[in-house]
Amino acid sequence: MTAPTRLDAYVDGPRADSEGRPMFQLIAPDGTLTNAGEQLGVSVELAQELYSDMVLARRLDQEALSLQRQGELSLWLMSWGQEAAQVGSIRALRPSDMVFPSYREHAAALCRGISPADLMRQWKGSSHSGWDPKGPRFHIYSLVLGTQTLHATGYASGAVMERTDEVVATYFGDGAASQGDVNEAFNWAAAGSLPVLFFCQNNQWAISTPTTIQMRTPLHVRAAGFGLDAYHVDGNDVMAVHAVTTLATERIRDGGGPALIEAQTYRFGGHSSSDDPKRYRSDDEVAGWELRDPLRRMETFLRGANAGDEFFDALAQEADTFAATVREQCKGLAGADLGDLFDRVYVDAHPVLDEERLAHAHHLTTLGSEN
Amino acid sequence: MTTMTVGAAINAGLRKAMEDDDKVLVMGEDVGVLGGVFRVTDGLQKDFAEGRVVDTPLAESGIVGTAIGLALRGYRPVCEIQFDGFVYPAFDQIVSQLAKMRARSGGRLALPVVIRIPVGGGIGAVEHHSESNEAYFAHTAGLRVVSCSNPDDAFHMIQQAINSDDPVIFYEPKRRYWEKGEVLTSPTRGLHDAAVLRSGTDCTLVAHGPTVKTALAAAAAAEEDGFSVGVVDLRSISPLDTETLRNEATSSGRVVIVHEASTFVSIGSEIAASISESCFYDLQAPVLRVGAYNMPYPPASVEDDFLPDVDRVLAAVDRSLSY
Repeated sequence: MTAPTRLDAYVDGPRADSEGRPMFQLIAPDGTLTNAGEQLGVSVELAQELYSDMVLARRLDQEALSLQRQGELSLWLMSWGQEAAQVGSIRALRPSDMVFPSYREHAAALCRGISPADLMRQWKGSSHSGWDPKGPRFHIYSLVLGTQTLHATGYASGAVMERTDEVVATYFGDGAASQGDVNEAFNWAAAGSLPVLFFCQNNQWAISTPTTIQMRTPLHVRAAGFGLDAYHVDGNDVMAVHAVTTLATERIRDGGGPALIEAQTYRFGGHSSSDDPKRYRSDDEVAGWELRDPLRRMETFLRGANAGDEFFDALAQEADTFAATVREQCKGLAGADLGDLFDRVYVDAHPVLDEERLAHAHHLTTLGSEN
Repeated sequence: MTTMTVGAAINAGLRKAMEDDDKVLVMGEDVGVLGGVFRVTDGLQKDFAEGRVVDTPLAESGIVGTAIGLALRGYRPVCEIQFDGFVYPAFDQIVSQLAKMRARSGGRLALPVVIRIPVGGGIGAVEHHSESNEAYFAHTAGLRVVSCSNPDDAFHMIQQAINSDDPVIFYEPKRRYWEKGEVLTSPTRGLHDAAVLRSGTDCTLVAHGPTVKTALAAAAAAEEDGFSVGVVDLRSISPLDTETLRNEATSSGRVVIVHEASTFVSIGSEIAASISESCFYDLQAPVLRVGAYNMPYPPASVEDDFLPDVDRVLAAVDRSLSY
């Protein structure tokens, strides 16, 4: 028998599959159970809870977008269309699990008890963040893409030292997955076998840049290459997201090391209230995704599961009340006072800022006396 | 009182800080088993509990980013960046995350992170191993930036930096790591106080880190020529001890700033502006700067001509005295 003489018989190595794995689904876009859904079963009670969370989150987006159009907010970033990915995942975590979000996680934030006022103040220009992370165990938003994945990773390394069984979750998008920080975090968490859940909402678009320009290999395949447990889920199926997140977090808690969940979803709105998505994507594409709307799917499922009008009517009423609260809280938000900000840069006294604080105060006094 | 080198003093300071507070962690590339490329963390991993001295992946953004996460749960991480020129991959995590997070959180969060950086040239190194990049960080609100020049300061300032609830960039004068000096048991001044090492009536030299020794040598040479030249060791770059600078500038009337960084948009520029604003009528000459030229750090064979030395400092003193 002769040995092969072609070079590639010796040097060809593995290359990650560019196709990826099928998405896990429990409920099909038409609201019927998939095979997995039939086999595993779906809790109607849980479905009602998660659906309620999603309805309120969408209402926040609708109200906040209107408030932005009325000039009450300077900017708003919608989670519209991504409610299932956020609600399904955050509800599968323990309330004590720390979360490091990106900047579009309003649906998740609401589930952690963060108020609409606290979610909106950043976008009104009142502050750079809205809440104290300690209570809700939900860090302030990170606007520089992917930076929070490293913070989550470091936080998780502390959990290992303290031998707790917590999971540290971090949210990011398909665009952020191109950032060095995210890839450093994957590798760091995998190398240290840290209890991090990386949750990617692949909403198909990074402002105007589609995922096809961002990556050749699907993210869940890439993540597996880093040594993460990787899952691929229909991010518009809230029950599937909840089930996969529950499985992933159980394995992490058992010492299995970090995991990544890639949730396929869609950003129904623009990147922000300033963006015009019609410039870069077709109406047909949007229409196709509307058929996979996470809320409509669940409504159909719940109606089929005999959740009666009473449930839907009560929820509609709750959403109306919530919407009024959103409007009221937004209008109650005050602007910042520059004078207060001098004290919030450093913990300890700082002579440069002390001098500038006095100079600023003096300047204001001078203006007052001229008037 | 003990005699030790600058490197050993930082090591002893780290050890003391770790003994005093079990939330103090040391992390960076090769800091564990090897003890760091300059051996500044030598023996710490062996002597402290598992997880307190961490050999990290070779990822500077990851070092600072994960340190932020640790600080958010109550740790006081001390990160080592192996060489000055390798800090830039961590630039965003330092200037946008670490520095701004307290302000961004409305003053709710504190980030007690120290980033140690061996700084400057003079050791015959290849490119990216000899830079002086303090101006980038001093320009960033939210950070504190300090620079030690001798063993006593090295020992005490590293502990003071670790005790600071604000993030601190801690510069270590690489070419002075092996120089010996006395270390006192208690600190003689605060982290952000400048030290008047000698008073002068004719001119004041202001230096920090590795150029303090150069300035002292220049002042001694000037004294032989009959001139009284003082030396201020800045110790803190941000905030600056403007009070001490004003006092010395007022009493001598002439100031020459000496640092290894390029003079263009440098710490020297800030000091010159600050002294000009506050001591205009007391100055006998414009404030002068002696530093590197505005070019990337050159090949080591010419670094002696590139770095400010005693002759260039004395030439600037002569110019100042000639007004």
